[in-house]
Amino acid sequence: MSSPDADGRPLERVRVDEESRWFWEACRRHELILQRCAACETVRFHPRALCPSCLSAEVAWLRASGRGEIYTFTVTHQNQSPAWRARLPYVLAWIQLDEGPLVLSNVVGAAPEALRIGAAVEVVFDEAADGLAVPRFRLCEAK
Amino acid sequence: MTKLVEDGLRGRSAIVGLAELAPMKKPDGRTPLELISTAAIAAIADSGLTRGDIDGLVVCPAMMQYSMLWPSIVAEHLGLTTSYMEFVDLGGASATAMIARAATAIATGRASSVLCVSGDTWDPRGMYLKPPPLLFPLREFTAPYGAAGANADYAMAARLHMHRFGTTQRQLAKIAADQRTSAQQNPDALFHGQPLSIDDVLASPLVCDPLHKFEIVMPCSGAEAVVLTSADRARDLEHPPAWVLGFGEALEPDPFQREDFLVTPTVAAARRAFAMAGVGPRDVTLAQIYDCYTSAVLIELEDAGFCRKGEGGPFVEAHDLTFAGDFPLNTGGGMLSFGQPGLGGGMTLVVEGARQIMGRAGARQVRCNDIAFVHGNGGTFTEECSLVFGRER
Repeated sequence: MSSPDADGRPLERVRVDEESRWFWEACRRHELILQRCAACETVRFHPRALCPSCLSAEVAWLRASGRGEIYTFTVTHQNQSPAWRARLPYVLAWIQLDEGPLVLSNVVGAAPEALRIGAAVEVVFDEAADGLAVPRFRLCEAK
Repeated sequence: MTKLVEDGLRGRSAIVGLAELAPMKKPDGRTPLELISTAAIAAIADSGLTRGDIDGLVVCPAMMQYSMLWPSIVAEHLGLTTSYMEFVDLGGASATAMIARAATAIATGRASSVLCVSGDTWDPRGMYLKPPPLLFPLREFTAPYGAAGANADYAMAARLHMHRFGTTQRQLAKIAADQRTSAQQNPDALFHGQPLSIDDVLASPLVCDPLHKFEIVMPCSGAEAVVLTSADRARDLEHPPAWVLGFGEALEPDPFQREDFLVTPTVAAARRAFAMAGVGPRDVTLAQIYDCYTSAVLIELEDAGFCRKGEGGPFVEAHDLTFAGDFPLNTGGGMLSFGQPGLGGGMTLVVEGARQIMGRAGARQVRCNDIAFVHGNGGTFTEECSLVFGRER
């Protein structure tokens, strides 16, 4: 499968805002970080000012292990957006991180037939043309 | 909701007029406002009321022509002055939620006759020439991954359901095939004249695996409108009323904060609607269930209580879902075969539910039209609103 991240301009038209800037800055350093509520310890994604569980604004950042498993996925065969048409087919997945939250991403570097719900994955960072790095996931080596 | 409130809302209003434009694949120079107005005027005429009788207006977003003050713009276009206006922005649940608000406004005396109208045009080229007018604020966490919008979300729901319960692609495809059979009796449906078998569905291209082309709704241009009025007025009008017996809503904006992605707020929405109506799933004689995707129908059927969680696959296999069948579902073809005019596309299910209750469905009239269950689903199972219509009050 051709990697959809080879020539990436994937963040085009995407505006990083004040609530998410730390997350994308960490990605640039190839670190996956998550917010943990300092009051109730709920780990959350996506980044935001208030804890969705207890509404506290006290927040700590946590460096995630980058490991998780495939919660569910789809092999995308059609996308009308010109930027993505050239990259078909690609795998979209919800990844359940070991720290708890679910994140939407891609699973790269494996044939779609090799993917299973529950398969262990780890983060890889994909350099994008605009200086940002995008977290995607690959299957972990079988133990 | 307390029992007192439920009793105060049940059967206090009815749908007495309806109109639906034949959907068009291309807008052909028409604007959403033009389509909305055309449907609205036809629905008022159909009800036997006059424009001056309409004192409430409920609208939802038109993706291709959105503006601030949208209700006022629609009202101005129609020459309406009202005591009540409302803008409902609940995605695919908008249409059913519009009815719930209109019924509440009538029951509480804020309006006596309410027009609910939705419509939109669809021009895919326009979507990518400029940023879509309703830009999702969390785009930075979807766009970098090529998130294919709702297609991908409902495909991932289907895969999880298959993984967990052994649901098959064939079972999902049967929903689309049965609805297409009903659409052959609806001359306005986009896919009228084009029957479809389960094998045809499975042979159509995979869009987002495991969902095929014919399991995915087709956006189009069109508009629908209904007129609700109070119980005392409803009895003396042109058509037999479709009584609004119950409605219920449940909204959970983050599908991944709930305990189980596959157990949706439809559970609570349907329970509330049935409680108000004083009936249950077994009393339902026809269902109109939001069908943006086959997987959506399957999960909503389970959560509304027509079968147990995980048994949606065997349920759709065991029942004839066509208008002539033992579980008539989306009898106008549903959005899958009729078409989905924008965010208010769910209104075709409302119109068809009312049409069947009124006995006006012609060649596709169901045998028993006592109780209709109509359900709208927005986002990724995040906004849910159920309605119960009855032939008797």
